[in-house]
Formats: sequence, structure tokens, C-alpha cells
Amino acid sequence: MLRLPEFEYHRPTSLSDAVGLMGELSGNAMYIAGGTDLVPNMKHGLFEPRHLIALKGVSELKGIREDGAFLRIGGAETLTAVSQDLGVRTRFPALAEAAAHVAGPQLRNAGTIGGNVCLETRCTYYNQTAFWREALGYCLKKDGDVCHVTKVGKKCVAAHSADTPPVLMTLDAVVVLVGPRGEREVPIRDFFLADGISNTKRETTEILTEVRVPLAAAGRRQAYVKLRQRKSIDFPLLTVAIAAEMEADGTVGSIDGVVTALGSRPRVLTGWGEVAEGRKLDADVIEELAIRAHKQCHPLENITVDPEWRRAMVPVYVRRALARVTVD
Amino acid sequence: MPATTDIVRLIVNGDRHEVGVPTHFTLLETLRYVIGLTGSKQGCDKGDCGACTVIVDGEPTLSCLMPVWEAEGRQVTTVEGLATAAGPHALQDCFDLNGAAQCGFCTPGILCSAAVLLTRNPSPSREEIQEALSGNLCRCTGYSKIYDAVEAAGRRLLDAAEAP
Repeated sequence: MLRLPEFEYHRPTSLSDAVGLMGELSGNAMYIAGGTDLVPNMKHGLFEPRHLIALKGVSELKGIREDGAFLRIGGAETLTAVSQDLGVRTRFPALAEAAAHVAGPQLRNAGTIGGNVCLETRCTYYNQTAFWREALGYCLKKDGDVCHVTKVGKKCVAAHSADTPPVLMTLDAVVVLVGPRGEREVPIRDFFLADGISNTKRETTEILTEVRVPLAAAGRRQAYVKLRQRKSIDFPLLTVAIAAEMEADGTVGSIDGVVTALGSRPRVLTGWGEVAEGRKLDADVIEELAIRAHKQCHPLENITVDPEWRRAMVPVYVRRALARVTVD
Repeated sequence: MPATTDIVRLIVNGDRHEVGVPTHFTLLETLRYVIGLTGSKQGCDKGDCGACTVIVDGEPTLSCLMPVWEAEGRQVTTVEGLATAAGPHALQDCFDLNGAAQCGFCTPGILCSAAVLLTRNPSPSREEIQEALSGNLCRCTGYSKIYDAVEAAGRRLLDAAEAP
């Protein structure tokens, strides 16, 4: 039995009320949407806000619709809704697939796209009960001053473990944040920071209200592959997302690859354009891209499973993803 | 300082409940320790195992992660609500006949997930059953007999619907 710390639960119905409440309760409140990330973390004593501000009843955070140049996905739309939405499935199949691969069915019924984008980083030494963490003397990310992964480092290396952000990055999506100081848009490629303690640009008083995916990206050939121990429930040990603009004969116009579940933020694979652009994705090109990916990825012992094996799986999963975007 | 409490209004298995709860309680804690419906199990208590699965407005839901306030005004069905006065739910009967439960701890959650599946699709493929139950861990049976039981229950529901 894991008990939640005590809190009061607030259910605003509008965005302005939610942000206003955060202002009133400042410093002592957190937002909660599906709760699939926050509730276990609170049960582990990782967060102890006195107030929770629920977002599921905020009408502005609902809806998936095409509007202008974007597909706009409300931040509180569930992962089930995103994975089943016809517009998402036809235009952004890799996003639908990534959403469908998060955890298990019940968690996707509750968990939201906004929550997935803002998912807390995860680490073997962090996602444990307070009792467990105390026995080890706590860690850098919470209550302590040692990193048990790097032993010496003063920088937290907890792993970014969300499924949808790598895909959204290959599609050049933009996230919209609303807080006490107003609204701002952040390209998701700039949203993540290399700091395991707090790895996004979202301030704690801000709500991720919307994910905007440019409809122009719908023409890209997309792929998403995920490595995990079981086919369900588990967080990724590695994910690879790829999107490529290709001519009808399979010649690559542009190509983007993003990997995650290694470090504190998703990694954009570099040097892919110079290898692949103007060429077809034949065996030589695929091999060269896989080798480049392998060279750039250095997983640590931050999550379960041997980092060397996870690293060895990088080229394997890059090849699998590339095979999916290749024009036959 | 005692925990803050408030009154929550729930509809569980068709019954209306108006009960005082600590404001930080989950739906599962309210079902088990306030209302006294202990069919839904407290397993991992952090959303991994699915033993606490109940049906909220027709969707399989992890009650260990749901703040009780999120269930207000919605239809909650627990394993206790699957049977009717006429007898057990077809799933319950078929789990019995197929030996689909061993220790039984995962069974209430699996019955709830499977009941939603069969409501939507009484003749699911093996893959669809696997997908529907992929958020429910069973450490005893190896799942085969559970899948057999769900298939059998689906057939029985279809037969009953087609009967004159």
C-alpha cells in the first residue's frame, strides 16, 4: 500500500481559473491532468504539494482539430484519443503509434498528451519509495547531493522517458504554454533541457495547453519504434523516431532522426542530412545512418537494463525505423 | 493535524453513495476502505499491475491513480457490479469453467477490462483480447486460459443475444 501525502483537490473549469488558482496557491500547488505520472511520484514522496489543481475539467484543453496550418491537440486530450483520432492517424501515423505504445490501455485512457510531453524524467535511484531512497541516502534529483549513476557528477542524468516527444520533434511541432504571465509558444525541439532535475522549459506555474503539429509535415514519411522489456506497460528503454521528405522514387529530400530514453532530453541525431539527402535509402545509406546514430548515443545506468546492450540496440532500432520510411 | 475531509458523491454499481473522505483519497481507497467494496485489489498501487481496474463511464480505469473527486458524477462499475440477480456475468462463469483464475488477485481487474472489451466487441480476435488485457498483470496462469475464458464468454453473450 502506497499512501498519498495529504492535499486538497481543486477542479477549475476554465483555463483562467486554473492559472488564477495557481497564483493564489503559489509555491504550494501543482497541476494534475491524468495523474498517471504525478500520482505514483507523489506516492513515492517525490512531490508533496498541499494543493492539486485538476485540468481534466478545463474545457480549453480539449479537442483535436485542424485549424489553419496546424493540427491542434488540446493538452488534456488522452493518449487513447490521440492514438485513435482519424486526423492524427492519417496525417501523423507515427504520432498515433507512439501514443498507442505508451504504457497500457488503462494508463492511456487517463494519461494525456500534455502530460506525456511534460513527463518527469525517470531513474533507477529516483522512482522508488521514500523508504528505499532514504536507505541509499537519497540522490541529487531529490533530497540528496549524490548521483548514484555517475557517482561523481553534480548533474542529474535521469532519463527522458516519454514516447510522443521524439515523434513531435521530427514533425516540428510547437507547444503552447499558458501561465500567470500570459501565453507563449515554444518549438518542441527547443523545449527540453539537458538537466534531469527539471528537463523542460515549462515553468511550474504554466499549463501546456496545446500541441500544434504543422500540417505541412503530414507529407513526411514517418516511423516510430520502441524498445522495452515487455510489449505493454513498460517505459521505453530506447525509442527512435524518424521523419523524411522523399520524392516518389525514394530519393531523400530531408531526414530527421530523434532518439530518447537515453539521457535527460531527446537527442536529435546529427549529420544525417549530409549522408542521406539526394540519395535513396539503400543498404549503404541505412548502414551509414545507423553507425552515426550509434556513435552519438551513450546511455548510462540511469534506468534498468545494461547500458551497453541499450547502446547496441541503437543501430538495430535505427535500421528498423529506416526500413519503415523507405519507399519500396 | 487530522486530514481535511469532504463529502464525495459517487455512483457505484448503480448505487448512490454520499460519503466523507479525506481529500487526498484515491477512488480505490474510497471503494475499499470507505464504501467497503474490497473486490478491486490494491496491488502495486502505482499504476503498473491493473489489479485495481474498475470501469468508469465505460472505460477501464486504474482506481489507484484516480483522485476520488474525478469519479464524481460518473458511472463506476466494480467487479461486484458485473453479476446480476439472474446470476454471474458470462465472464465470471467462463473464468470458472476454464480455470482462468489461480490465486485470483488479478481476476477482478481482468474481468473489468474484459467486460469493456466484450461490450464493444463480443467476438474479439486473440490479438484484440491480448491488447485489451495488456494493462493487467497475471503472475500465475500464463494468460492462455484467461484468453480462452474471454473467448468463451464472448460466444455465450452472442448466443444469448441471438436466442429467440
